[in-house]
Amino acid sequence: MIKVNEVSKSFSGKKAVDHLSFSIIEGEIFGMLGPNGAGKTTIFRMMTTLLKPDEGQIQINGKSINRNINGIKQCIGMVSQHFSLQSEMTVEEILELHGMLHNMPGDQRKKRIDELIQFADLWDDRHKLSKTLSGGMKRKLMIIRAIMHSPSILFLDEPTVGLDPVSRRQIWALLNALKRNHITIVLTTHYIEEAEKLCDRILLLDKGEKFLDGCPGDIIEKVGRYTVEYFDGDSERYEFFDDHEAAVAYGNSMKNGFSIRRCNLEDVFLKYINKKVD
Amino acid sequence: MVFCAILWEEWIVFKRQFKQITASALISPLMYMLAFGWGLGNNITVNGLPYIYFIVPGIIALTTMNTSYSAVAVLLNIHRLYDKTFEQYLIAPIPIYFLTLGKITAGMLRGMYSGTIILLIAWIFGVHIHLTPMFILIMALNGLTFASLGFFAAMVVNSHAEMNRFSTFAITPMTFICGTFFSLDNLPYAVKIFIDILPLTQVSTALRTIASGGVVNPRNVIVLFMYFVALFLLSIRSCYKVNA
Repeated sequence: MIKVNEVSKSFSGKKAVDHLSFSIIEGEIFGMLGPNGAGKTTIFRMMTTLLKPDEGQIQINGKSINRNINGIKQCIGMVSQHFSLQSEMTVEEILELHGMLHNMPGDQRKKRIDELIQFADLWDDRHKLSKTLSGGMKRKLMIIRAIMHSPSILFLDEPTVGLDPVSRRQIWALLNALKRNHITIVLTTHYIEEAEKLCDRILLLDKGEKFLDGCPGDIIEKVGRYTVEYFDGDSERYEFFDDHEAAVAYGNSMKNGFSIRRCNLEDVFLKYINKKVD
Repeated sequence: MVFCAILWEEWIVFKRQFKQITASALISPLMYMLAFGWGLGNNITVNGLPYIYFIVPGIIALTTMNTSYSAVAVLLNIHRLYDKTFEQYLIAPIPIYFLTLGKITAGMLRGMYSGTIILLIAWIFGVHIHLTPMFILIMALNGLTFASLGFFAAMVVNSHAEMNRFSTFAITPMTFICGTFFSLDNLPYAVKIFIDILPLTQVSTALRTIASGGVVNPRNVIVLFMYFVALFLLSIRSCYKVNA
């Protein structure tokens, strides 16, 4: 469905994305995970036509994307990292504007607005100006705005950044509901838990390059099943083991105490690039 | 539909901020009229007309210019760089030339609104200038030209501070030198030639001619139209290339 082929982008001579290739399958939730500066937002913006790649090609449904190709734009929706909402417009007006920009007929717009406002639990707030909404409500509004024209692909850039845990879980529930409606979801995140809980497949990025991709479970298994965390006097150290007994035995050999936990995606970053994601 | 959507958004914002928009559009031109027209120019005549009759078309020209330019340049630059709402337009299936035309038309309408208020105030205070459809057309063309300049600036300028500088160098000089407050007849020839090719000069000259019952020199309209076309094409090009 989406094919990224040898895409590169530089800013002031510095490579933000370096010959990146991957593909996304229809109906999946695909996550791009990496620390700050990994190139997640750059590739996201190239996939949504907001940035032009220096090299390489991005195809959606077999067609190269380009700002001038409106057929492709009709099948994508986008939620950016910022609260990009018209502050002087109400929830309903923002959705109405989006519907008009996507050439939806009036009666269809009205029906869809009612349906989406109920779906996102914003019915009581539909006449409020967007500037008066909470962060979680704004994010929900941005998501339903992005799917107002019923796109087949939804792009989300850090959809839960800056939100409290309750709002974050509400957004996850909303995204899972969209997945059940067969929308392909592409998201960037630097939250490990978000990637593990939501994504069918993930792409791990660092310094604009891919270093691993696959299902979260499979990727984690490459590191091991158990992580021993300990302090060696200077810094925190991590060792990875396939079985619990070996992990306990290793931990017991440490002088300063230790803890054992299941491996997660953070450990993948620690093992391969010696860096935490958050 | 898309064109209407852009104007509808502007209308919603205009309705909500009606008082602020109206007040801010009025302050500078009213001060100019008060200070230069009724204050300083009370006993002055220019080209045989009381100075207030000379200055009102000039103030309408600069008000239309300033409002059209600012309504597009400042707001669009904020929407592109700060609140990022311009992204919504870029990823919508809209032809770029429609998007550009919609935003520029909205800016022109804002300029027309401010210019009309000045006309009304002048009328209330007894300055009854000659109004024709051509007068309105030139006001509109002025608005389109400077809204196009504003659109271009909003696309190519990458910070709010730079945006201010752009306005200082591109707009402020025209406010004062393009025959808005004084006749260009007595200026040195070389200076006059330079000022004569600027877009606001065409507007203030044409509006003043109509206001005093004369016939517009077609050259004024043609030059202004050429500015509009050039700036409109530049705006479309910059919108194709802009990185949101």
